[in-house]
Amino acid sequence: MIKPKVTIFSGYGLNCEEETKAAFEFAGAEAHIRHINDIIATPSVLKESQVLAFPGGFSYGDDTGSGKAYGNRVKEHLSEELDAFLQRDTLAIGICNGFQILTSAGLLPGALIANDSARFICRWVDLKVEGHSPWLRGIESLSLPIAHGEGKYYADQKTLAQLKKDDAVALRYERGPMSEHFDLPGNPNGALENIAGVTAYDGRVLGLMPHPERAIRFTQLPQWTCEKERYLRDGAPVPEEGPGIALFRNAVDYFA
Amino acid sequence: MTRRITVAAKVEDARALGYLRTLRDIFPGSKIRSVAVAQAYTVDAKLTAKEIDTFARRLTNPLIDEYSTSRVIAPKKYTFVIEIGFHPGVTDNVAKTARQMLEDALGKKLKKDEDVYTSFFVFLDGVSRSDAEAMARELHNPLIERASIYDAKQAKRGLPIVVPQVHLHERVAVDAVSLDVSDDELVRIGKEGVANPDGTRRGPLALSLNAMKTIQSHYRKLKRLPTDIELESLAQTWSEHCKHSIFADPIDEVKEGIYKRYIKGATQKIRKSKGKRDFCLSVFTDNAGGIAFDGEYIVTHKVETHNSPSALDPFGGAITGIVGVNRDALGFGLGAKPIANVYGYCVGDPHKDVPVYRDAAKKQPLLPSRRILEGVIRGVNAGGNQSGIPTPLGFVATDPRYRGKPLVFAGTVGFLPRKSAGRVLHKKKARAGDYIVVAGGRVGLDGIHGATFSSEALASGSPATAVQIGDPITQKKMSDAVVREARDRALYTSITDNGAGGISCSIAEMAKECGGALVNLEKVPLKYPGLSPWQIWISESQERMTFAVPKKHWKELKKLFDRHDVEACVVGEFTASGKCVVKYKGKTIMDMHMEFLHDGRPVEHQKTRKPVYTNIEPPKSIRNVPLEKSLLALLSRSNIGSISFISQQYDHEVQGTSVTKPLQGRGRVNADAGVIQPLPHSKKGVVLSHGFFPWYSDIDTYAMAAASIDAAVRSAVCAGASLEHLAVLDNFCWSSSNTPERLYELKESAKAVYDTAVAYGTPYISGKDSMFNDFRGFDAKGKKIHIAAPPTLLISAIGVIDDVSRAVTIDFKAEGDRIYLIGETHDELGASEYFALLSEKAKKTYVGTGVPRTHTKKNLLAYRALEHAIQKGCIASALSVGRGGLAVALSKSAIGGQLGALLDLSQLPGNASSDDAILFSESQGRVLVSVRAGMEAEFEKAMKGAKCTRIGTVKGSELSLIAGSSTLKIPLGTLTAAYRASFKDW
Repeated sequence: MIKPKVTIFSGYGLNCEEETKAAFEFAGAEAHIRHINDIIATPSVLKESQVLAFPGGFSYGDDTGSGKAYGNRVKEHLSEELDAFLQRDTLAIGICNGFQILTSAGLLPGALIANDSARFICRWVDLKVEGHSPWLRGIESLSLPIAHGEGKYYADQKTLAQLKKDDAVALRYERGPMSEHFDLPGNPNGALENIAGVTAYDGRVLGLMPHPERAIRFTQLPQWTCEKERYLRDGAPVPEEGPGIALFRNAVDYFA
Repeated sequence: MTRRITVAAKVEDARALGYLRTLRDIFPGSKIRSVAVAQAYTVDAKLTAKEIDTFARRLTNPLIDEYSTSRVIAPKKYTFVIEIGFHPGVTDNVAKTARQMLEDALGKKLKKDEDVYTSFFVFLDGVSRSDAEAMARELHNPLIERASIYDAKQAKRGLPIVVPQVHLHERVAVDAVSLDVSDDELVRIGKEGVANPDGTRRGPLALSLNAMKTIQSHYRKLKRLPTDIELESLAQTWSEHCKHSIFADPIDEVKEGIYKRYIKGATQKIRKSKGKRDFCLSVFTDNAGGIAFDGEYIVTHKVETHNSPSALDPFGGAITGIVGVNRDALGFGLGAKPIANVYGYCVGDPHKDVPVYRDAAKKQPLLPSRRILEGVIRGVNAGGNQSGIPTPLGFVATDPRYRGKPLVFAGTVGFLPRKSAGRVLHKKKARAGDYIVVAGGRVGLDGIHGATFSSEALASGSPATAVQIGDPITQKKMSDAVVREARDRALYTSITDNGAGGISCSIAEMAKECGGALVNLEKVPLKYPGLSPWQIWISESQERMTFAVPKKHWKELKKLFDRHDVEACVVGEFTASGKCVVKYKGKTIMDMHMEFLHDGRPVEHQKTRKPVYTNIEPPKSIRNVPLEKSLLALLSRSNIGSISFISQQYDHEVQGTSVTKPLQGRGRVNADAGVIQPLPHSKKGVVLSHGFFPWYSDIDTYAMAAASIDAAVRSAVCAGASLEHLAVLDNFCWSSSNTPERLYELKESAKAVYDTAVAYGTPYISGKDSMFNDFRGFDAKGKKIHIAAPPTLLISAIGVIDDVSRAVTIDFKAEGDRIYLIGETHDELGASEYFALLSEKAKKTYVGTGVPRTHTKKNLLAYRALEHAIQKGCIASALSVGRGGLAVALSKSAIGGQLGALLDLSQLPGNASSDDAILFSESQGRVLVSVRAGMEAEFEKAMKGAKCTRIGTVKGSELSLIAGSSTLKIPLGTLTAAYRASFKDW
């Protein structure tokens, strides 16, 4: 099996690159963290990669709007290279701040704006999968953590219509098992039509607010001590893995 | 030419709605109809209209924003507009980012004197001028920000453009300071600072007369006058903040001082008795304490306070506090990666406004406790979230005596390999000949006299320049460069952080490693011109680390920092001259023997005196409140109730290490311990917990300290920690520490610190003290007041566990599980939350006398047994019984699991005689556990020898209990609502 090469962007306050790398490696990929300035200096690294990841974080402190400054930097210096990368049969993912960066850079439709609560929120959400993104193949629904202040998805009518036409809505928040367990609303931030993730390039580029890389192990779940007791009482084995690993496996399998 | 760009939302703006909600809450009498906001970027640079437009486009997402380069974008209807911007010189992070975007977009750097500034406009509709003025006061902090109010008519004529450029008129000079003056003048210099030529003073040196005389005679011997920078430097290095003189100096019969005998002494004794099982690697000597994680890694911990700055600017104080303690991890050994933050906020009652003033004329009000709490919460939110460091644990404690000065605790856990590139990473040594390199932020007037200021009580003369605002992104860039690359390429030989005292302390500290330093002060990069050399030397401008760099590695390190967009420069050289020499433009302005600088401070012999306590018991008549009512009232007090609104806004999942969460169970109850898994491929975990009972200080500080340690250790064990691999940290926050009574209390608490830790075998690895948490000012009537914080000891525990999948949470898990209480319940309601509640109702103070005592021998037996039971897998939930006693603990486990319980508390061991004592006594050493049905025998076997009582079963949807002659039945919904009441609308 071929080990796909993953380039994970870093620098200027991105901060989820290490756990994103661990998730890709756990799924069987070869992942490298690279500072955006190094990529700008040597863009050829993109030619050698099959997967690009824009991880979560707080690039430029969200100053002037989340993802804006980093998105501009990407657009300013790497437009052509990213275009060439996406011309090939490759994958890209933007997680949380990475999603905000990709929308700012114009690689994904729509925008992310301040949560309805006007406050940063960290909790787990339930997601329903739609569309046909290879990142989400075989997954119907899953629960993942979110952690953001500006995660409310917004698109104007035209963009929304185009999204639907392209089958490009990938994830929607729903009131599923996690929200039920903790008695929390399904939609955490007021996102338009409960949209949590969208795609472009026929599903190959996925942007999502939730963090699959923080849901790799069973003991990362927020209610695992409760679930564990249930498994023990049922005499069932306690699971080892979390739901997020599926996305990274899908990426690896895409190149198999 | 100066141009202003404004950017405003085209779509519904949650932030504007947030303002509307807040303002409506705070000003229910106003007729405010709507709020709109616009962000302004003022560009003070020679740019063409086209360049300005290019920049404006970069600042705008056309899908959601609109911009204008000619006018301030305003809503159609408003009555008043408030513009809020920073004062000159205050850190403006958004402007810094905007400037980078501008330079990136135009492909050129701005010139000297050119810059970008930000401000924001808040448009209010339906408000009167007096409303607008009141709202402006709510929306800004005059110490750091300006607010201008315009009515709609004025605004339409055009809003003036403000350029908050720093203009310093200070003379860039070095003055010699004559110490051949009267004792009175020496006292004044020590207290108010060196006099400027115009008669004003430069701000507190916090040097005693004794210290001033020592300096006087030192310079008489040298036959010259000290320069201002030398005097400032001594003040920094000798400050209570840096030298901890109260802990270091002799006190009564304790000749070696409290620190050596009781704190370091405890650690030495424990390490010795542990022998080969000793896990301490680096304690007390470094920026943080370090213990073994496993054969390959070290885990570090450090907890700091940032009290005085947070009183003045809560946001800035707290963000600087958290980002500052992150640097203590970075500055541990050769650099540790921060992997977790913890916090603790002690404030006055946030639900009640008690106006107090710094001056008699009542012109300088202290911010209300509500705003202090909101501000510090936001500060740690920004600092922690933006740095990508998870926050698994924290607490809020309230007491009227925190009204004058809040206590803001911020801690950081670090992680690093034991070895890399052939080096042992917890050791460092600058060498003579190494360059002194400072990297990170630039230097301004921020935080001047921070170290000396925090060694004093808060009063009207407290310097506003002591306030600073952290910049997490600048620091994150530096942190990435250091722990990901520079450290493991062995590009430097030593590193330390710049905190209190700035480079004056960091360089002097590192110079001890090799024996001297030579600094060329004009090489230090400045934010703006006009700083005097002494200011550059002691400025506490943030986000800076100091490195010792072998000359041959400098080029490589510089290149690395450039790639990461981190500013770094050589400011001097480490030497073996035995002196710390500072030059400015070639002229020697400081020339001091290392020995005098570090050890010249005169020793003060401290004497203590036992205070007289006159605490009274509440009369029987006021203890007749129905117990159900009291329990619900306790649950809704801010010392006990949910702080989920904080836990949820602090990212605890980043880095993917979270194992047990700050909010546990279906009912999301705040826990007193948290578990993280630092490495994705190893099941080993780190347990963090805390303990604090400042209220007990009213009766006995020995009991207070013992209980704090006991609670921290117990909460850690409940979460799955092992006493075999558990360490603690001490943070003393005292007040009026120059009085013999407070010193007596300090000594008593220190004895408990020793006794309790030695009994449990939990060594201290790091600590910090803040000794003057006093406020001297005026009340609403203009009467002089002194508010002294209660003697507070925060104990933080850190433990290492083998398998995170055995971690335990506090919530009941399933119907039918058996509930046990470990430990004894005594008549120990003294200084309890219950008595505080009764006192408040009666509008009197009934502290009581029966303070909870810690019985370490019995407890140790119980904790070891519990540890064993957890490893056996018997325990479904465990919660240490704390503030509010057993009834509150039962409620928390029930709310957490959203499961009821059937309980009989009539047969509890211990001497609790009354029903309210059974329910609310805060006896230490107790743990509430639930055991999976069918595992009772195994659990009871494991607990053999320890006091452990079966008290009931998890069942139904109400808490149903018998306590003596009382019966309580409270539905879960009622309990849950009460628990969530205290900060419901926050």
